[in-house]
Amino acid sequence: MKYLKYLVLGTLFGIILTKSEVISWFRIQEMFRFQAFHMYGVIGSAIVVGMVSIQLLKRNRLKSISGEPIVLADKQFNHGIWIGGFIFGLGWAITGACPGPLFAQLGSGVGGAAVMILAALAGTWTYSALREKLPH
Amino acid sequence: MLELLQKPWPWYVAGPLIGLTVPALLLLGNKALGISSSLRHVCAACVPAGIPFLTYNWRAEMWNLVFVLGIALGGFLGYQVLGHPAVVGISPETVHDLQTQLHLTDFTGLLPRELFALDNLANWKGWVFMVLGGFLVGFGTRYAGGCTSGHAISGLSNLQWVSLVAVIGFFAGGLVMTWVVYPLLF
Repeated sequence: MKYLKYLVLGTLFGIILTKSEVISWFRIQEMFRFQAFHMYGVIGSAIVVGMVSIQLLKRNRLKSISGEPIVLADKQFNHGIWIGGFIFGLGWAITGACPGPLFAQLGSGVGGAAVMILAALAGTWTYSALREKLPH
Repeated sequence: MLELLQKPWPWYVAGPLIGLTVPALLLLGNKALGISSSLRHVCAACVPAGIPFLTYNWRAEMWNLVFVLGIALGGFLGYQVLGHPAVVGISPETVHDLQTQLHLTDFTGLLPRELFALDNLANWKGWVFMVLGGFLVGFGTRYAGGCTSGHAISGLSNLQWVSLVAVIGFFAGGLVMTWVVYPLLF
């Protein structure tokens, strides 16, 4: 039962991704070709709303419903950030999907999404195995 | 109301709702939004193979896997139950580019069947678009320590400059693929 809230939030998140068509390969191509504002509007307004929310949470020192102080760890820089970021970007433009949309596509009934998720798992596993040998 | 829910949602509705997911996860469970981690947890749960990076208590991250399960359920509800247009309403310029450069003819569905239908696995297109593409997504997001949700939305919302570097990397990769590699492939 303690996971029910995450199932509900995930479901809402999946509905939003799907209804705004950001899980569509066509939309991602349109974005990388700078031919519509849609994707920039979605991502940009999500960041603005997220930013204002986090500032409000921090300034008011709000606690989570279980009473813990809300903590957001700072992200540490390493060279993997841009190398891995670039590699993900290549894949994003091929599959037209980041990890969240892959799961939403699968739920919407796209069979190819199952292949892409398996391939993404293989990619994550390969990175994990090679991690010590890769530049960071 | 139902009719409004059924039509594709404009960016100014969807974007703010996605943004609100960040404080919702923090308030409800003190969790930072991030989806690509779920791929690592699945690897750690299924094939850890003694790899140090996959040897940790993934059960403590179960919430992330449940969240991702919800996303799939949301994909089903949003597409099959609430309904969808036959064709995603992309700009005529994009349609034109995809017709002339990638020789696509079928614009129905969320992704072009000519590249992503399962029978494409019998030729190079399926292997490049589904297998190689998916592999790069999984490899790159873990290498970068996050994807669009963890870096672009969660990270930038929390004013992390590291995430800005990541997002610039995401876009650079996407632009190189779209503008340099695609013309070579087709």
